[in-house]
This record gives sequence, structure tokens and C-alpha cells, in this order.
Amino acid sequence: MSENAISALPGAVSEGFVRVTEAGPCGMITLRGEMARLAFALAPLGLDIPGTRAVTQAGDKVLAWMSPDELLLMLPYDEAPGTARALQDALRGDFATIANVSDARAVFTLHGAHARDVLAKLCPVDFGMLAQGQIRRTRAGQVAAAIWVSGEDEMRVICFRSVAQYMFDLLTIAALPGSEPALYS
Amino acid sequence: MLLLTCPCCGVSAEETEFAPGGEAHLRRFGPGSSDREFESYMFQRKNPRGVHFERWRHAYGCGKWFLAARCTTTLEVFATYPAQTPEPSAELIAKIREKRPDWEGTQ
Repeated sequence: MSENAISALPGAVSEGFVRVTEAGPCGMITLRGEMARLAFALAPLGLDIPGTRAVTQAGDKVLAWMSPDELLLMLPYDEAPGTARALQDALRGDFATIANVSDARAVFTLHGAHARDVLAKLCPVDFGMLAQGQIRRTRAGQVAAAIWVSGEDEMRVICFRSVAQYMFDLLTIAALPGSEPALYS
Repeated sequence: MLLLTCPCCGVSAEETEFAPGGEAHLRRFGPGSSDREFESYMFQRKNPRGVHFERWRHAYGCGKWFLAARCTTTLEVFATYPAQTPEPSAELIAKIREKRPDWEGTQ
């Protein structure tokens, strides 16, 4: 880890009918393997294993279900390397993969009551079905994205770092004032 | 629009979230097979107007492969089921027969 790590688009903000901000450096660890073994390794962190397409939270740590054999642990950036090492030690000898992917991803936060409307323009998803505590992996425009409802009137979008500028432009344009589809809320 | 339900993550989405993988339930002919068998395994694919068994991957979602039985003319999906299924179940075939009485079967 570098002492002066920077996120994909530091400080990027756009104001439309939804406020789009780049979330800054976020720690992310991807865990792949048999769920029961991953649960064993994650037990010391106090996180429950999320059900299908769900998200669980404990303090500043968030655990998201990504596929039947994959979880994503989101935590403060500085804690990621140490936690990844601890998880690796816990799963030594198991058929599992732990990778610190903090610098491979970009995270955007959408603030506002109409965050779902912005995403509805970009994704083939009915966001009315996406409740708080659920995650949905899909595409936004032409790139892969993982979207979850992180709070009241707040949604988060995770994408690959290489497409961060594309994603930011996409969200900015979809949130232009006057273009509200008013599908939700 | 083709709507598929991924049996691995339970998401129902339209086809742009998935990647097609061609015909399902192929039997592999490898070393020791005749040239004719190998050619048919390698190149000969069904292209029916009607019931078709296909492989799909939830490319933008959970990333898993699965199988789907659908109608190529109406885009009706009869079922989606795990990729670890060597051949369509009798239950599924009965269901398709009920909906398409003139279907000639899997052969």
C-alpha cells in the first residue's frame, strides 16, 4: 500500500437532480470460495454472511453477496491490507482466494431522493425492487456495475477503476436537471 | 425482448445482462471418435424454429453459466436450470410438450 494512495477521480462532484460524488479511497477485499469456509474466516470480524444478493453491515465494515461463491468486504482503505492478510492466514490450506482489490475499483455515491431515477436510465433493472440492504450487479451503460442502497436517499455504485471517468460522465449526464424521469418516489 | 432468470442468483433480467453460449447439452467426441462424429461435435449445431436448449452466462451479474430452454420464435422461456445438468429433465420435457404438442423432441 502506498502512503499517498489516490482514488480514481479524487474529489469529483457533480450537481444535478441528484448529487454524484466520488467516494474517495475505499477498502475492498474480494473473497472467493465455499461460503461455509468464508463464513469461518469472517467470523472474527463480527459480520454475518449475507443471503443471496444481500448486504450486511457491522460498524464501518460492509459485506456484500456477489455470486454463489463470492463475497465483497468493504472497509476503511487503511485496514484493507492487514485484514486481507488476516483472512488469508485464516484460510490457509483452503480452496479459497482473498484479494485486496481496493485500488482496482472506483466507488460513486448518489445522494438524493431521485437516485433510483438516475440509475433507471442506465441499467436494465427495476430499482423499485431494490430495497435497503440489497445489492444488484448489473451493467450501467456499457460497463459492469454493482449497486446497493447504502442509506436513506443514498445509493452507491462500484465499478472498475479503468472505467471510472466513463461512469462519472454517465451518472452526471443522467442526472442533468430537467431530465427527471420521475419513475420512483 | 428475451427475459431470463438466472438460477444461480435469482435475478430476472433482459438479455443484455447475459452473454449467449450457444447450444446446450452437447456430447463431446474427442480422441478415438470417428471423423464424422468429431465434425458433428465441432461444427454441427441445431438452428430450430421453436424449442431450443441454450447455454447462457450471467455476464454482468453473478458471472455464472446456466442453461435455458426457450422458444426461438416467441422468446418464451420454458425454464432456466443449473449448468451441471447433463440433459433436460423429464419434467421439463413434459412441460414443453404440453405447451408445444407438435415439438419433435430433443433428437
